[in-house]
Amino acid sequence: MPPSKEMPPSTDLLQGTLDLLILKTLSLEPMHGWGIASRIQQVSKDALQIGQGSLYPALHRLQYRGWIQAEWANSENNRRAKFYSLTRVGKKQLEAELSNWDRLTTAISLVLKQV
Amino acid sequence: MLREFLTRLRFFLSRKHPADLDDELRFHLEQCTQANVANGMTPREAHRQAVIAFGGLQSTREQCYEQRPGWLLERVYKDMRYVIRRLRRAPMFTAIALVTLALGIGATTAIFSVVEGVLIKPLPYPQAESLVGVWHAAPGIKGFGDALSCSASMYFTYREKSVAFQDIGVYQTSGATVTGLTEPDVVPTLSVTWGTLQALGVRPRAGRWFSQADDAPGSPETVVLNYGYWQRRFGGNPSVVGRALTIDQHPRTVIGVMPAGFEFGNNPDLILPLQLDRNQQFLGGFMYQGIARLKPGVTLRQADADQKRMLAIWLKAWPPPPGYSRAVFEKAGFGPKLQPFKQQVVGNVGTVLWVLMGTIGLVLLVACANVANLLLVRAESRQHEMAIRAALGAGWRAIAREMLLESALLGLLGGALGLGLAYAALRVLIAKGPQTLPRLSEIGIDPLVLVFALGISLLAGLLFGLIPVLKYAVPHVATSLRGVGRGFSHGREHHRARNTLVVGQVGLALLLLVGAGLMIRTFQALRSVDPGFTRPEELQLLRILIYPGQVKDSEQVMRMQNAMLDKLAAIPGVTSVALAGDAPLEGFGGNNTLYAEDKNYGVGQLPPVRQFRSVSPGFFKTAGTPLIAGRDFTWTDLYEKRRVAIVSQNLAREMWGGARAALGKRVRQGYNNDPWREVVGVVADVYDSGPQAKPPAFAYWPALKDNFGDEPVSATRFAVFLVRTKRAATESFLNEARQAIWSVDAELPVFRVRTLKDLYDQSMARTSFTLVMLAIAGGMALVLGIVGIYGVIAYAVSQRTREIGIRMALGVQGSELRRMFVREGLLLAAIGAALGMIAAAGLTRLMSSLLFGITPLDPLTYAMVPVFLLAAAALASYVPARRATIVNPVEALRSE
Repeated sequence: MPPSKEMPPSTDLLQGTLDLLILKTLSLEPMHGWGIASRIQQVSKDALQIGQGSLYPALHRLQYRGWIQAEWANSENNRRAKFYSLTRVGKKQLEAELSNWDRLTTAISLVLKQV
Repeated sequence: MLREFLTRLRFFLSRKHPADLDDELRFHLEQCTQANVANGMTPREAHRQAVIAFGGLQSTREQCYEQRPGWLLERVYKDMRYVIRRLRRAPMFTAIALVTLALGIGATTAIFSVVEGVLIKPLPYPQAESLVGVWHAAPGIKGFGDALSCSASMYFTYREKSVAFQDIGVYQTSGATVTGLTEPDVVPTLSVTWGTLQALGVRPRAGRWFSQADDAPGSPETVVLNYGYWQRRFGGNPSVVGRALTIDQHPRTVIGVMPAGFEFGNNPDLILPLQLDRNQQFLGGFMYQGIARLKPGVTLRQADADQKRMLAIWLKAWPPPPGYSRAVFEKAGFGPKLQPFKQQVVGNVGTVLWVLMGTIGLVLLVACANVANLLLVRAESRQHEMAIRAALGAGWRAIAREMLLESALLGLLGGALGLGLAYAALRVLIAKGPQTLPRLSEIGIDPLVLVFALGISLLAGLLFGLIPVLKYAVPHVATSLRGVGRGFSHGREHHRARNTLVVGQVGLALLLLVGAGLMIRTFQALRSVDPGFTRPEELQLLRILIYPGQVKDSEQVMRMQNAMLDKLAAIPGVTSVALAGDAPLEGFGGNNTLYAEDKNYGVGQLPPVRQFRSVSPGFFKTAGTPLIAGRDFTWTDLYEKRRVAIVSQNLAREMWGGARAALGKRVRQGYNNDPWREVVGVVADVYDSGPQAKPPAFAYWPALKDNFGDEPVSATRFAVFLVRTKRAATESFLNEARQAIWSVDAELPVFRVRTLKDLYDQSMARTSFTLVMLAIAGGMALVLGIVGIYGVIAYAVSQRTREIGIRMALGVQGSELRRMFVREGLLLAAIGAALGMIAAAGLTRLMSSLLFGITPLDPLTYAMVPVFLLAAAALASYVPARRATIVNPVEALRSE
């Protein structure tokens, strides 16, 4: 298939991992899209660079699922920006995903050490 | 699932804010620029780097939209709007495609609803699958066909001893006169024993059904009305229950009314109790049809075993009829032969319907091929546009989706139109279809038919939609952009898909035309059978019935009928008249075993059963049945009750080796106490069950005779007048004929007024019905196939205008060019025809049971059809090819 508008994601993150990262980042405080991307990049010491091509679709997806909500507010430099925050359902979802993640990584590392 | 859909629908209907998203993305870009500036870039460079990092804005926008739960619906909605716009911009294409599809889908739906109504739907009785017809095998008795019905003694045995039947009844269909209402009327009746209606399980809508007491001999006379009769005669008045009705001169009390839609046997107006007397029954008398309902869980095989057990009891428990020995019945080898009742009702019409269904399915296939061809032309002309769109970033998937959506929409619209056509076609079919088609009234457009129509519409859309998609909506951008440039002549490969379709169409058309041709030849063969009567359209039939209650003396009945015959003969234009118990093809005739004096019959050996017919002098002359030897009956024979008989030629040949040898031999019907009657004449065979069945062996008796069966003197009280006149079936003649009968007895109802031609046509109704349907199917396929060839050649001519110009400029003659295109069309047709011939040789075997007088490989049909088809194909290619030669070479070179 030739390149088309279905662009490949700009990072090699596991499917669903991006959602988890976004939820986790938003659990600290409401943030706009740019802020989320910068925070993830900064915390991961530049290891994870989230391209806008996957960030915004993910934000919209989470929003439609009802896990995050958005409202327009003034940013730190007084520009209007769309701020995302976790909903109650989103908080529960984050806990669930975190424990899932723990189980998964434990399992994977067990396998990797063993073999 | 539903919740999800509702959420999607909510988002689909709610307003969208594209500006919202754009603001958000712009903010992101600004932040990125600022960050770059903070890292020490110039503002210009910072912005450039930010945009590069950002990537395609539109692509992100669309991906965000795609996250919306309503996105899928929006997408379809948008595509749909686009597709509709495009279809409206090509009205000719749309109209042709829709008409083609509507015809194909309409015809398929109509035939499917017939198949469903007749073959698939259960009979209209509760748990109809446990109903069985009660029949018997009796290999020792010849002439009854392969299944023997029930005798009264069998009914009583089954009634009392069965463990497998929940209910069992026997019945007889007949007719009766009803008097005392506005005018005397003859209506079809059904006489049933207790247990018949109970087995069917259909309760009366008002009143009650027959109880065992109603069915006992000597009980008060009762009647149950059928719904239609109750509506017609009593306007649906519920107080009719309890009132008296004079039926066949006897008052009977109405005890119930059957519900609407009750159908059984001859679709009677009245249902009467049979009131069989248990004390008067013998082993013989197989004149009742039996129906039983199996107990829940009992299989047909178990019921057969039960029936076998009971037949052994029956054979010992009942006395043989007077004049017969028990050995006759023991040697007959009675065995069980239960038959699912539906099979009995539907009969052998299944083959016809499945052949038609297959045929019409092929027509639909041809129609799909035509539409696919049209779509290919469209796709070809849009190839450049599609290549550009693809180059600009439209996914091939999007283009394919759009093309499929277009064909699905065409399929659905065509299906909707087709459903309308099917509805109209069914109304015509039910009004004009063969009366012999069982369950005709149960045919209609019901939910299953709707689902079927929807299914084949979508399937058809997918079928013809996939072909252009597979050919064009797959990635080969570069070739498309290169190949469709101005002035390129098309390569051979480009036409392959369309040529394949045309070859397929021609092949299917040939197959269907061979089917139609075989039916035409069958019809011809049936027509060429000498039926044993002449010019049936000039033979008027009118029936009367004289009750013993009206005229007791049999001889008096004969004299009355004789007087009527004289009056009828005096009508202007009448050349000949006669009277008989039944006319040829009428199916009212009796039958019984026929003994000959010069033959020996061993103990327990029965002679074959023969058809009987009582006739007046002049019957053979009137019907046009040639006298082979001897003489006709005379009135003196009748009034002096001379013991004479006439036999058919095949009977004479079988029994005595020839017509002459039969004269002077003496025969008698079944019972011992019947006198011998001398054969005085031999007549030609009459095809009494239609021209496709062998003519039965006949014994003809005088209309008035003595000691025939139980009666000392018997007349033909239920009689039909045969009147030969060129004025048959005209209103004026029928009035005069009725007046002639009423001048002798003004009270007599005259009924079953028709010509022998009506019966003759009816006997071939199944063949002519199949013929008409196959001819329609073949004709449609032919037209579609020819249009296909025409389209391919016309398109080839238009695409190769430039090439034609070059050739003409180089001095090639117009006729040469014409030949080139015609050759191309003929080549396609010939390949298609060859494939069609192979398919026909294999498939027409399936319809061999519908054929008569020819084999499925009838040489004439197989020779004529391809010639005809190729001639049509040549014409279809010649017309567009002619256009090529009118081309001006200079303009041709400049074209496109």
